Amino acid sequence: MTVPRKLPLLEAETAFFWTSGEDAKLRIRHCRACGHWQHPPLARCPKCHGADLAPEPVSGRGRVTSFTVNHQAWTSDEVQAFVFAVIELAEQKELYLFSNVLAAPEAMHIGMEVAVRFERHEDVWLPLFVPVEAAHD
Amino acid sequence: MTEFAEKLCRITGIGQSRVGRPSPKAPIELTLDAALAAIADAGLKPEDIDGIANYPMKSTEGGGISPVGVGEAMFALGIDCTWLGSGTHEGPGHMSAIFGAVMAVASGICRHVLVFRTVAQAQARLVSRESTLLTGHQARVDGNNAWTVPFGAVSPANMWALYAEAYFARYGYGPEQLGWIAVNGRRNAARNPNAIYTKPITIADYLASRMISTPLRLYDCDTHIDGATALVISHRDTAKDQPNPPIHIEAIGMGLGGLGQGIHTGDFTTLPGAEKAGAMLWSRTDFTPADVDNAQIYDGFSIHTVLWGEAIRLWGKGEALGFIDGGERIALTGELPINTGGGQLSGGRFHGYGHTFEACTQLWGRGGERQVKGARLSAVCNGGYGYGALLLRRD
Repeated sequence: MTVPRKLPLLEAETAFFWTSGEDAKLRIRHCRACGHWQHPPLARCPKCHGADLAPEPVSGRGRVTSFTVNHQAWTSDEVQAFVFAVIELAEQKELYLFSNVLAAPEAMHIGMEVAVRFERHEDVWLPLFVPVEAAHD
Repeated sequence: MTEFAEKLCRITGIGQSRVGRPSPKAPIELTLDAALAAIADAGLKPEDIDGIANYPMKSTEGGGISPVGVGEAMFALGIDCTWLGSGTHEGPGHMSAIFGAVMAVASGICRHVLVFRTVAQAQARLVSRESTLLTGHQARVDGNNAWTVPFGAVSPANMWALYAEAYFARYGYGPEQLGWIAVNGRRNAARNPNAIYTKPITIADYLASRMISTPLRLYDCDTHIDGATALVISHRDTAKDQPNPPIHIEAIGMGLGGLGQGIHTGDFTTLPGAEKAGAMLWSRTDFTPADVDNAQIYDGFSIHTVLWGEAIRLWGKGEALGFIDGGERIALTGELPINTGGGQLSGGRFHGYGHTFEACTQLWGRGGERQVKGARLSAVCNGGYGYGALLLRRD
């Protein structure tokens, strides 16, 4: 599958997320006071209002909450069907990331177990996901 | 019952420009067409208007999403207002301008507020087909869209497809049911002289239509247009002397979703922000969902209608598509006619304001071939990131 990609701007609050894959680890903002994982990053913990927040590695595992197979060529680029999905990370209920699942569209299902795999584009390590059974190929 | 702000307000006039794809008219001309029609409909002169609100604030971004500001509308109308206000993307969605007008009238700042919504997205797409995508104009994408666009989700269709897929999986429905929203919209648009698409479609046509982002097809997506809608919100003390039977704003409901900040809650089978709007709506009236005799339910994508209808309790959770299936119960002659002017799917993306316009059209008995017999209580809802709902009533 070929996904037409426009890269994210690395901003002060988000650069850690987009460069986290440099050492092959996914990182999410974590509250050291109450343990809440939080994404996209906010300035304070929305649960305890604590300011002691830092990116911490997570397992990179999760499950597909929902997905779609895009068919439309939105831009002038030719598009092959690709999977866009919302993934609930294993660390916390409703801790969602959006990404692509690198799987055949017909293999997709809600509840699919997935694991992160990074794809580097310039100074960005995009966190993509693969089905768990294929994670170590 | 406490006297809520909206109980002091009435809708006294409406206006809409001709729809175009594209329109030969400039956005300010479309705005004036709608505004002057609404003011005249309310039995007023432009100089009677002492407040103007629109949604959202004028923007050169977003491919014609809001090409006319409140200030230029005021100067073009040749009037001098007390108050101008724009709703923003960070408020309760499209209706934030209506809510602002209600607050201005109820607080005594204004007597007659003109609310308008102008879009010129068809014109913008002539310049660039990509103008309405979420990618922005910079080399890299920033802000909230940075969480989705790098993964190829350049259209809101991709995001709403996730909701449709999750809803189907949870409740066991599919395109055979969802498609009736599009078929119903087209059927009603054929009876609306200002709708953009009027050629009837069948459920088979729907199922054969091009896939956009599974499970959403072409006919699940609304269509870019150029056009403007306006309404006049007046204080009830003056409304009684104006020509139209005043339309009561029986209740308002608003809620913020996390989507605008890239934050999602729930399991993608409900709209938590719209649920808040629905709860607020019904907390401010003695009417109940069973009293609603027509509903104008947001349909930027067909799945919005499902989730919004459940959020304002017209249907129970997971029950919307069972009701919609077959298209008879939502038809003009059905138990609960919905999107009687064709909605945005076939009427064109007047961006929420077409729904309020249509509710008033029905309540004033101006629907012609699409008139719902005896329409007295209309539920209207708008939005896919901030959420707003109205309950409109005619005596």
